[in-house]
This record gives sequence, C-alpha cells and structure tokens, in this order.
Amino acid sequence: MESWYMLTLVGRDRPGIVAEVTQVLYEAGCLLGEASMLRLGGNFTIMLMVGTDGDGTALNRSLQQLADALDLRIHLDPAEGAFHEHPEANICVTISGADRAGIVAQATRCLAGCGFNILNLESTVAGSVERPLYVLHIEGQCPLDAEAIEQRLIQDGLRDLDVSVHPMETMIA
Amino acid sequence: MFATREVITWPDERLRRICAPVTAFDDALRAFVADMEGVMRSGPSAVGIAAPQVGCLYRIVIVDASARKGPNHGRLVLINPEIVSWEGSVMGREGCLSVPDMTGNVVRAQDLVIECFDEYGRPQSYEMSNFEARVVQHEMDHLDGLLFLDRVVSRRSDLFPRVKK
Repeated sequence: MESWYMLTLVGRDRPGIVAEVTQVLYEAGCLLGEASMLRLGGNFTIMLMVGTDGDGTALNRSLQQLADALDLRIHLDPAEGAFHEHPEANICVTISGADRAGIVAQATRCLAGCGFNILNLESTVAGSVERPLYVLHIEGQCPLDAEAIEQRLIQDGLRDLDVSVHPMETMIA
Repeated sequence: MFATREVITWPDERLRRICAPVTAFDDALRAFVADMEGVMRSGPSAVGIAAPQVGCLYRIVIVDASARKGPNHGRLVLINPEIVSWEGSVMGREGCLSVPDMTGNVVRAQDLVIECFDEYGRPQSYEMSNFEARVVQHEMDHLDGLLFLDRVVSRRSDLFPRVKK
C-alpha cells in the first residue's frame, strides 16, 4: 500500500455500520489494518487503519457521502502504518469504586510519573443509576514493579478506590 | 522423521492436522527430540514446543517452565500425552511461536494430571498447576491442530463485572 490513514467514526449504534463502511473501503481498493470497534454509551465507534494506493481525496469523498447518508461522523487522517511490532504489556492496573470526577486524571498522571506507557485502557460505568460504579482497566509497560506502582497510586489520591496492580506474564510456546 | 529446522507459522496447513501417536521409541525419535529442543531454545524465551510446529505430525511435546517462578518439573519430553484429570480454570496471556506478534487471553485448566511416555518409551505421570499446566495445554492443542487463536476470549468481556438489573 502506498499510504496509510486512520479512519475514525462515531455514530448512533445500529446494525450494519461496519458492513456499510467496509464495503465502501473494499470497493475503493483499500486494505484494512488494525482496528478497534466498540459500542460506547449508545454510540458505535471505529478506529481503523486503512491502506490505499491513492492520495486519500477520492476515498474521503466516498466516505463523506456515506457519512451523510447514515448520519455518521467520519474523519480520515494520514497516519503511519507501523505493523508487526506490538509491544508487550508487563503490568495491568484495575481501579474501581464509587464514581466521581478525576479518577482517570489522577491515576494516569501518577502512572505517567512512574514511566508507565499505556498500551490499552478500557473503562466503564457499571453499577446502577443510583450507585454508579466506575471501573478502569489499564495495561502497559512500566519499569517499576507492581507493588511500587500500587503504593504510588494509593498515595496519589486514590485511597477511596479499590486499586490493584499485577504483573502480566505472557507465555510463549 | 521429517522436520524443518525452524518453526512453521500459521496459515501453514500442517498446524491444523491431527498428529499421529509415536510407536517407535528409537534413536531416530531421540535425535528428533534433540533437534526440536534446539529449535525451541533458539527462539525468544519459548517455554515449550510441539512437533507440528517444526512440521512433524507426531504427538511429541517438549516443555520447560523452569525459568519462571512457581513449582515445575523442569525440562519434560511428553510423548503421546493424555490429560487424565483437570480442575479449576484460570485466565492467562499466551503467545505462540507459530503465530508471531500476537498475544491473547486464554482460559485453561488450573491443575492437570497427565500421562505420557518419555523418549525411551517409559510411562510417566505428572501433576502440574498454573503456568506449567498452561504450557502443556497449549502444546497439546497443537497435537490436535488447535492454535491459541481458537481459544482467545475478548479482553473487554472478561474485565468488567456483570451488572445486576
């Protein structure tokens, strides 16, 4: 492929969004790379690496036509297609507790101070409307050990939450 | 025994075949086991290998969990291995020499009892747990044409507690 783009899409969730979008890409002769597609709070979201031999202008036009027809917001931005070099996470962090403002900001500022490189972050609001439960799960690479990271998180203002940090061991066989 | 001197990778169809039991416990078998172990130890921190990963479709596995913490049996050669009992289940991250640059979460039995033969044809039985048991299950899957890709579960669905309505 000549060049790679990052396609981002947000729209109200309904069946068929992935099929419609990927059909347009297929007809435009694109290759697909790595993707994350998730339903978040009633929206469907796509982050998708798209490779094309063209300059992206015609592709962007086709995608915008689709976006208008399906009431989606789509962006296509040039991006580097760096594949076959997945870094392996060695630490996972799970934080949960009564929802309040600032949990992610406090946690990730502390992790950044530990030299923690986030490779994957997922969060959700579980529980009930009356008693929302915030659950945050982060995987990444960090030179500090799990116990040291956990202590830093607790000391840095997350005392009211349940914090657990574990080493991640990947078995290769 | 025909084998390559390097690990074959998916989508090589040989990784999807069901392997045949070993019937001759001879010098050729032991020479093959030595070659296979050499391939395993030349890889990046691999803790096990199965014969089909070097293109040999027989039920032969080598594992060595001794580099990791926790109880283990060290280097084991498992010929015609069978799981005779298992208990518990545990999630862990796996990768495979035959599926480079990919890892995923897989649920495996926590405790195993296996029976097998060693490379001299002597019957053996091992009880094992956790990491070592995971390695053995991963390798035994190869003998039946299964890859860890067949067992990967969604990270997202594992991580979040189920909401009670």
